[in-house]
Amino acid sequence: MENKLDGNVAGGILESIFAFEMTTAEGTCAGCGARRAIGATACYKHGMGTILRCPSCDTALVRVAVIKGCYWLDMRGMRVLQLASNR
Amino acid sequence: MSDRFVSRGFRGRRQPGEATGRVPPGQYVESGFPVLSAGPTPHMPLDRWDFSVEGKVERPRRWTWNEFRALPRQPVTKDIHCVTKWTKLDTHWEGVAVDTLLAEVGVRGDYLIAFCDGGYTTNLPLDDVRGGKAWIVDIYEGRPLAPEHGGPVRLLVPHLYFWKSAKWVRGLRIIEKDEPGFWESLGYHNRGDPWQEQRYSGD
Amino acid sequence: MAGTALLGRLTWQLGEVVATHTETPRTRSITLEMHSWPGHRPGQHVDVRLTAADGYQAERSYSIASPSEAGTRVTLTVERLEDGEVSPYLVDELRVGDRVELRGPIGGYFVWEAPMGGPLLLIAGGSGIVPLMAMIRHRAAVRSAVPTRLLYSSRSPEEVIYRDELARLTADGTGLETIHTLTRSQPAGWSGYRRRIDVEMLREVAWPTDRHPQSFVCGPTSLVETVASSLVMLGHEASRIKTERFGPTGDR
Repeated sequence: MENKLDGNVAGGILESIFAFEMTTAEGTCAGCGARRAIGATACYKHGMGTILRCPSCDTALVRVAVIKGCYWLDMRGMRVLQLASNR
Repeated sequence: MSDRFVSRGFRGRRQPGEATGRVPPGQYVESGFPVLSAGPTPHMPLDRWDFSVEGKVERPRRWTWNEFRALPRQPVTKDIHCVTKWTKLDTHWEGVAVDTLLAEVGVRGDYLIAFCDGGYTTNLPLDDVRGGKAWIVDIYEGRPLAPEHGGPVRLLVPHLYFWKSAKWVRGLRIIEKDEPGFWESLGYHNRGDPWQEQRYSGD
Repeated sequence: MAGTALLGRLTWQLGEVVATHTETPRTRSITLEMHSWPGHRPGQHVDVRLTAADGYQAERSYSIASPSEAGTRVTLTVERLEDGEVSPYLVDELRVGDRVELRGPIGGYFVWEAPMGGPLLLIAGGSGIVPLMAMIRHRAAVRSAVPTRLLYSSRSPEEVIYRDELARLTADGTGLETIHTLTRSQPAGWSGYRRRIDVEMLREVAWPTDRHPQSFVCGPTSLVETVASSLVMLGHEASRIKTERFGPTGDR
């Protein structure tokens, strides 16, 4: 079986980058327009990187790799990201 | 701190004393076959499947599953090396040499992008797939390639890190100017030679 | 306590193992003293990173089993996976006095605290019980009476994690019900469920849809997907079902 998990498991790497709790942030898929919490996306995570995909259309919303101490982050698959500013 | 901290007694699944001349620097030998997927496993029915070589070619060509299976094929036994540091020795495959496919189309570019069901891509210079270096394989260890390992068909380019051996490959697009694929655009090395330990961009 | 808010970027820190406790033949609880810990919420997890002497690293996520009320002590309950890389080390090798590198607490999505109300439907397969137990322990610590039903799938009675503690909490009259299903072997005289969770079992166990329960499902991927789609099929709102897949394992 493939290694599909819930977006919640990407919370660690995303919070390391953004300094915000990210699993409750809502993202709008650039592929199909579906909007859902990051924690409710599909997460494919292994030794090369972490990929978050839209459960509705499989578009890669977020791609992250850690390369020699640097985060490489591609968010072109997410059109809008909504984060509560007051926590 | 984290650069120096060592977990007492941890060595992972790796067994000691395995370094041989066949293992590239920084790799360890793995007896299993880990599945690393960046997305859901596609399930393309074979009666709708095809494989194409297109782009900067004289005669773009497309093969149905039956046409593909009728092409000249060969067994291939190679070691494979994943950038996540595992190496698997003596893997047995069967498939069609990329040379066979390229011979039919008349290539006019120097690079290719392999494209796949699910959207994965990887880029290669043509020199890395010509001259008996790459195959399109559908048999692994004598059985049809399992979906989680890229079936029905994957690209096999064993002299480079295994992310170049694209799973669920549906075709090769020949291009003039190199373009980074899925992992190459996210910090991984553009070429990926395990013997020069070309894991990451800038290595 | 509200998560980590804007305390700064989440970083790796070291915790010291102060206690270990064997829960079942395959699982062990590990209590770590975290010298700097902002507190955590029930359901959150940590990322654990192990580093070998030659620099080789492996990283996995583990749910926090202890309730938020445990201060700077964080307990993880880990199941040894057959072919695992990290879990055999944590379950068999790690000892009191060792240090472990971890990052956390993580996650605001798969979290339940008493003010969120209920009724609460918790569904666990195997070690999926861990984050749900943090919720149950928190519920007990704050003396909440939110009606809570736990449906817990295990292979055998010996493999039920927190068995005695669940029995005690279920008997204390605060409105926690625990329903076990034992899928491979059952004790003599067992009259409970003896199969994997399916839509019929959920029809019998889940709260009626007009109570609008909050549901948390955790365990192997196949169980989580079956349960989530079954709950939706029974008429529960998808937005009130939260899932935490632990990945594929052997059958449960």
